Amino acid sequence: MLFYIIAAIIILLFFVVIGIYNSLISVRNQVRNAWRQIDVQLKRRHDLIPNLVNAVKGQMEFEKSTLESVVQARAAAINAKGISDSIAKEEMLSSALSKLLAVVENYPNLKSNEQVKQLMEELTTTENQITFARQFYNDITTTYNTKLEKFPTNLFASALGFELSPLFQIENAAEREVPKVDLSIKK
Amino acid sequence: MAEPILQQSRNIIEQQAYNRRMTWFVMSAVVLLFAFLGLGFDYFYLGVFDDGLFSFPIVTICAIVFSIIFAYSTLQQGASVVLQSTKAIPADRQNTDHQQLLNVVKEMSLASGLPMPKVYIIPDNDPNAFATGKDPQHSYVAVTQGLLSMLNREELQGVVAHEMSHIRYHDIRLMTIVAAFVGAIVLLSDVALRGMRYGFGGKVGKSKNKNSLGLVVLILWVITLILAPIITRLMAMMISRKREYLADASAAELTRNPVALAKALQKLENASEPTASIKRGIAHLCVVDPIGKAVNEKEGFWAELFSTHPPMKKRIMLLNAMAYIKSNGIKNAT
Repeated sequence: MLFYIIAAIIILLFFVVIGIYNSLISVRNQVRNAWRQIDVQLKRRHDLIPNLVNAVKGQMEFEKSTLESVVQARAAAINAKGISDSIAKEEMLSSALSKLLAVVENYPNLKSNEQVKQLMEELTTTENQITFARQFYNDITTTYNTKLEKFPTNLFASALGFELSPLFQIENAAEREVPKVDLSIKK
Repeated sequence: MAEPILQQSRNIIEQQAYNRRMTWFVMSAVVLLFAFLGLGFDYFYLGVFDDGLFSFPIVTICAIVFSIIFAYSTLQQGASVVLQSTKAIPADRQNTDHQQLLNVVKEMSLASGLPMPKVYIIPDNDPNAFATGKDPQHSYVAVTQGLLSMLNREELQGVVAHEMSHIRYHDIRLMTIVAAFVGAIVLLSDVALRGMRYGFGGKVGKSKNKNSLGLVVLILWVITLILAPIITRLMAMMISRKREYLADASAAELTRNPVALAKALQKLENASEPTASIKRGIAHLCVVDPIGKAVNEKEGFWAELFSTHPPMKKRIMLLNAMAYIKSNGIKNAT
């Protein structure tokens, strides 16, 4: 009799673990997909930057250092290794870019240039897409991490090979003070 | 941070389940209504159930078969019918305005983690927008030309986020089906009533002095015919009103910028004239009621009962409250 009860409990536990495992897998895949979405946008930004720099270079003789810092930040971001390194480097690229966008605002003939306008819109949307992709990544990662840390999942999650996923956050205090720029092109 | 989002995601699943149930409910209600109308037609016009003899209720069967085919094809094709009725054209990446819209839609699809909907432009100068489709994988966002020229980037983002929320909550399928049914039932009851006026049936005249039961059924049938369009329209309105608050709140969650949507709504309200290219039957799909200012401004029970959208002041106030801005319903729209 006792044997049957124990067997029933073990079978029940087995199914509970299968259920938890499957739900963790589906959320983890969402997290990975969200991460890939960010990657796609970052790649897009890397591709856009040379075009923008070329378009504004001629008329921004006095702002060489701003342009150079963007180009350098891009190179650093492309060569970053690992998630946390790439998060930090991309943050630097973001702040360099927002400085450039703020500076472009001071050049009326640049702003009215049709090609620059289109590039600015593309860059604005890329920045936004990165932000929103990260926002979604953080949301879904929070859901995933919360699941992992809750009882009873926390007892065997690491044994099944699930690890907490890192969140995007700004580590450097200076980067919190990104200049506020109104990028709306339309009036 | 974690709790509100978890709360939200639970609500999304509930809302999606609710929409699935409502879709089934509306579809079976429509099939039943068609069957009832067909039965009446058989009884009064063709005299199928006369004299205790069995004869074939041909119109009833036809009505049921037709309504099931209709329901199924609406499920599959409803979105493109709705789009065609507004003469919408696909957005074009070469056009600077359209490019921005496409970018904003892409941003919101990333923020909600959904696939990118197809984007359409309605050639109309009045600002409005709607979403339609079968599911998030087959979804459409349509925006009028007027909306593009009136709103700035942030505000456009707010409106697109609102539409994206309808997609996210699976509101679009139910609302598209309701749109098709409102149209069909108005047409059907019109045809049936007109047919009765010309009295081409043999039974209507004769049945009067036969028995009182027949008369009661006849009256019931006529009342159904007259009320069906009104009831379906009221249903459409009720279904849509509740969703607007939810979609506004969810839009704020996507953009983290409720004030931009509030400003956009204020602009839309100030500008609203009847949106000519949007037919009455799909009013409940839109971000603001296309019929215009008079409806959007009313408050109170009766005004709310007969409008597809909640009062604009309330919506703007709630959005501003999310940003901790106290307002009397009117914010300066700059």
